[in-house]
Amino acid sequence: MTPTTATAARPAFDVLKVRAEFPILSERVHGKPLVYLDSANTSQKPRAVLEAMDSYYRHANANIHRATHLLSERATALYEGARKKAAAFVNAADPHEIVLTKGTTDGINLVAQSYGRAVLRAGDEILISWLEHHSNIVPWQLLCEQTGAVLRVAPINEIGEIDLDGLAALLSARTRIVAVSHVSNSLGTINPIRDIIGQARRVGAIVLIDGAQAVPHLPVDVQALDCDFYAFSSHKMFGPTGVGVLYGRRALLEAMPPYQGGGDMIASVTFEKTTYNIVPYKFEAGTPNIGGVAGFGAAVDYLMGIDRQAAIAHEDALLEYATARVREIPGARIIGEARYKAGVLSFLMDNVHPHDAGTILDSQGVAVRTGQHCAQPVMDRYGITATIRASLGIYNTREDIDALIHALGKVREVFG
Amino acid sequence: MSDLSELYQEVILDHNKRPRNYRTIEGASHHAEGYNPLCGDRLNLWVQVDGDVISDVAFQGSGCAISKASASLMTDAVKGRTVAQARSLFERFHSVVTTPPDQPVEDMGKLSVLAGVREFPVRVKCASLAWHTLKAALEREEHTSTE
Repeated sequence: MTPTTATAARPAFDVLKVRAEFPILSERVHGKPLVYLDSANTSQKPRAVLEAMDSYYRHANANIHRATHLLSERATALYEGARKKAAAFVNAADPHEIVLTKGTTDGINLVAQSYGRAVLRAGDEILISWLEHHSNIVPWQLLCEQTGAVLRVAPINEIGEIDLDGLAALLSARTRIVAVSHVSNSLGTINPIRDIIGQARRVGAIVLIDGAQAVPHLPVDVQALDCDFYAFSSHKMFGPTGVGVLYGRRALLEAMPPYQGGGDMIASVTFEKTTYNIVPYKFEAGTPNIGGVAGFGAAVDYLMGIDRQAAIAHEDALLEYATARVREIPGARIIGEARYKAGVLSFLMDNVHPHDAGTILDSQGVAVRTGQHCAQPVMDRYGITATIRASLGIYNTREDIDALIHALGKVREVFG
Repeated sequence: MSDLSELYQEVILDHNKRPRNYRTIEGASHHAEGYNPLCGDRLNLWVQVDGDVISDVAFQGSGCAISKASASLMTDAVKGRTVAQARSLFERFHSVVTTPPDQPVEDMGKLSVLAGVREFPVRVKCASLAWHTLKAALEREEHTSTE
């Protein structure tokens, strides 16, 4: 249940119409209809995204920003058009604040290596939370090794929420960077990032939000949030893999040194002195994934074209239903019962290892993720090694949940 | 469902529920820890080699039914064998679980119940984790003994 829709009545959401837009959902696996409950891992793609990429390669394939011919103009228009769409999608003040990356991981590494290496000194602190994905842990550990900075970790409580008092206790004048996820990938917790950003501001730290799991579920407004950086991935929001966005406050981006060197990121190159291009191009060295960015632009259009409040209400109702159904299963234990959650149901079955459950569910056509979900510290926190994670997209139905529950019955049949 | 029942045969479910040699060996001559980061499976293996013979072998750890049953079956299979025989078993077992499912494989007795993983490529690592750990444990000791 997300905070914004807890009490509001919403119009019906036509999930069958949505499903019809996603060709892969009519796929059969092991002779069974596909039940895709792994969207937190990667989402499926609507026809409009597939067609945008196909059309790019058929009608516009050329390099961007470089040539005078028509195809290059088309390619540049698609690429820069996607940047503008992304800016509108997260309500950035200016498209120049949108750096196109390979994905969330790439965006976080960019901030760590460009901003972090330039600013951090030995003894400075970086604060993350216990809920983070490895991609919001390891880049900071690398930065700590390089600069002598210290990584601090805000604790979480038993139901999988960040302990805000614990976080406040770790903030100090030494804190330079606060990096937290908007939505936890392993437990689905929606973190109170407005509060966290406010707290970080008071000690003068800059804030990076890992929005990978949030963008497919929640509207994001970077100006209202008042964050400094917001990183997300195309592939979790119905776009292709290999594309992402790093939103950065313009003044910060302008002050930051380049991340990688190469073509397109320069203004002028001589062997004596190279001057860099303006933002965001300074951070986009080399020929990018233009076809993927074209698909990403279509994904943004797709998301902005649907009734997002209705979609949120649909997903909330579905998560609530799935939670109730799993809770009914004898020996099932839900991991992560935060008050506000989006799209993720992590759980265990008595005496069954998640990996075995995953194989049996797959044999029934039900795709879930099993394992540690790139969040080993979360697993350690609960003294477990893995969970079964069913994660939802806008195209999922109550029938998908029923199929999951039925398949979990098969797991019980095998393991007794 | 037939591939599934092939994978989760009675022998595997039994060894998962009641793993054999599931204990530690104090002061064992060989030890190694195996880890599969994909699923978080972790197992500790202790081997006691006297002369050339594996006189005792035991394991503990957390893992899926396939990895646990495979470790259990392995300990039964190598106990009392020579190190060279255990190595040869590793090679034969490895070949059984990695041969494409449409091709015939050698009958290895009880160990053959794990041939079902061939239908489930992502599970091959689960079946072979214990064996790789055994190989590592035996090699480590040889390495240290030459120092």
